[in-house]
Amino acid sequence: MADITKLTIAQTLDCLKNKEFTSTELTQAYIKSMEDNRDLNAYVLETPETALQQAKISDEKYANGTNRTLEGIPLGIKDLFCTKDIRTTACSHMLDSFIPQYESTVTSKLFNDGAVCLGKLNMDEFAMGGSNENSYFGPVINPWHKERKLVAGGSSGGSAAAVSANICAAATGTDTGGSIRQPAAFCGVTGIKPTYGRCSRYGIMAFASSLDQAGPIAKDVRDCAILLNSMAGYDTKDSTSVNIPVPDFEKALGSSVKGLKIGIPAEYRPQGLNDEIASYWDKGIEILKQAGAEIVNISLPHTKYALAAYYIIAPAEASSNLSRYDGLRYGLRVNGNSIDDMYTNSRSAGFGKEVKRRIMVGTYVLSAGYYDAYYIKAQKVRRLIKNDFNNAFEKCDVILTPTSPVTAFPIGDKSMQENPINMWLNDIFTVSVNLAGLPGMSLPVGLSKDGLPLGLQLIGKSFDEETIFKTAYVLEQEAKFERLK
Amino acid sequence: MAIDTQTVIKIASLSRLKIDEDKVEATKDEFNKIINWVEQLSEVDTDGVEPMFAVNDTQLACREDMVVEGNQADKILKNAPIAEYDYFVVPKVVE
Repeated sequence: MADITKLTIAQTLDCLKNKEFTSTELTQAYIKSMEDNRDLNAYVLETPETALQQAKISDEKYANGTNRTLEGIPLGIKDLFCTKDIRTTACSHMLDSFIPQYESTVTSKLFNDGAVCLGKLNMDEFAMGGSNENSYFGPVINPWHKERKLVAGGSSGGSAAAVSANICAAATGTDTGGSIRQPAAFCGVTGIKPTYGRCSRYGIMAFASSLDQAGPIAKDVRDCAILLNSMAGYDTKDSTSVNIPVPDFEKALGSSVKGLKIGIPAEYRPQGLNDEIASYWDKGIEILKQAGAEIVNISLPHTKYALAAYYIIAPAEASSNLSRYDGLRYGLRVNGNSIDDMYTNSRSAGFGKEVKRRIMVGTYVLSAGYYDAYYIKAQKVRRLIKNDFNNAFEKCDVILTPTSPVTAFPIGDKSMQENPINMWLNDIFTVSVNLAGLPGMSLPVGLSKDGLPLGLQLIGKSFDEETIFKTAYVLEQEAKFERLK
Repeated sequence: MAIDTQTVIKIASLSRLKIDEDKVEATKDEFNKIINWVEQLSEVDTDGVEPMFAVNDTQLACREDMVVEGNQADKILKNAPIAEYDYFVVPKVVE
C-alpha cells in the first residue's frame, strides 16, 4: 500500500471502514511523506507523536464501531489556528514560542470528529501576503515543477502545497482576501472560503476581523464538502458566527445544474487578461452550458475599486488587531527604558516587513483627519460592491470567474518585491468576495502551456455554498484535472 | 495629498514601530505610492451611501453576565514573557 497518501478523504474513509489499512498505517504513511517532502517547506512544525496517538484512538474506534465522521483522517493545520499545547506562530517571529492554552473552535470540531493532526502549516506572516514569501520560516515551494522554485501562493501556501504534494489528506486554511482560493489555484487543489459567519473565528489569530473566514483546502470538491460539514456551525464564542442550520454539503454533489443561471461578469475579463486563463474560463462556461445551465451576462461595475477599498479596510482592521502584540501578555519582548520603548522595541523586532507596512497604512487611514477620507470612504465603496452582487444575484444563481489573473510565479519576483502594489494586484478576482462576505471556491480545471495549474472560481449567494458545491462538482467531473501523483 | 517625512515618523510612532533613520525616505516614497493608489476611490460617487462595517445584519447576542470559564490565571500567564505573583510584569512606570 505505497500510495495511500494519494487517496481522497472519501476514498480513505471507505478503506478504513473496510479495514484495507489501519489509521496508524495511514498516519505513518503521511509522516513518511512529511519527511520526504521537507524541501517544500510546507510544514513549520511536525507533530508525529500527537498524530500517532490520535491514530491509535481512531483504530480503537473503528474496531468497536464508534468511528466518527472524519475518523483517522490526517490533516495539516494552518499555523494561524490555535492548537492547544502545540506551538502556533502565525509564522511570525513575534509568536515563535507561543503555546496556546486553548483550541480554536474549527480545529476542535475537526479533532472531535476524529481527524488526526499531522502538524502546523506554513503561511504568510499573520496571513498577510499572496506568495508565502512573508513567512518568518521562509517561502513554501510549489510542488508543481519544484525545480523551478515557484511560489505556492498565499497566504495559505503551506496548506495548498501540502495537499497538492500529498503530505496531508487535506488542510485548514483561512481567507481574508483570497488566501484559500489563490494558493489552491496555484497548487492545483480545491478550496472554499465559506460565507462570512459560517465558521467560527474563535481561536484563529485575527488579521481583518470583518473579512477573515476559515475553510478547507482539499484534493477535490467532495473532500471540501466533507470537511466543511465538520468545520461549519454557530459558536457562542464568536459573536459574528451566524446561528443558522448547516446543511449536509456533500448531499449537494451530483444534482443537476439544468436551468441553473451562471453569471459571467464582464469586469472580470479586463483587457490584457492572460489568454490561457481566459480560454479555460470559456471552457468552464462551455461545460456548464452543455450540462444544461443557462449562461447570463452580468455586471459588477465597482470591481475595479475593490482592491483599493480592501487595502484600506484590511490594514485598518489589522492595525487595530495587531495592537495586542505589546511584549507583555504573550509573544516576543524586547526591553526598553520605558514601557513605550518596550512596546516599540518588541513590535519592531517581532513583525516582518509586510506586517509593519500594513500596520502603518492602517494606522494612517484611521488617524485623526484621514478617517473619513479613507476608512469611511472605503466602507461606502464596500457597500456598493455588495450592492453589485445583490443586483447580479437577481439575475443568476452562481457566478463563474477565474481565480487569479496569473499562475504561480517565481520566488523572489523582482517587480513584486520592488512594488508591493504589484503583488496586491493578484488579488483582483478574489477580494470582492470577502468585502461582500460571500462564499467562493477555487477548483483546478487545467494546466497552462508551461504546465502550471489554473483555477476557476465560483461565487455564491450568502449562505448558499450548496449551489457552489453542486456546480463545482459538474465542472470537476468534466474538466478531469489530474492531481499531482 | 503627499505625505512628508514628519508624517511617516508620526505614523510609525503611533504604530509603536521604529523606522531606522536611513529608511525614512524610502518608507515615505512607498507610503505615497500606496496612498496615491488608494486615492482612486475618490472617483466613486458615494453620496448618500451608508458605510458597511459588517456583511451580515445580525444583532450581537446577549448572554447572562456570569463567569463561564474562570480560575485559570496560570493558563493566562503561561505565555507571558515575564510574570510574577500572578501578574504581568511591565517596566517601571512610576518614579
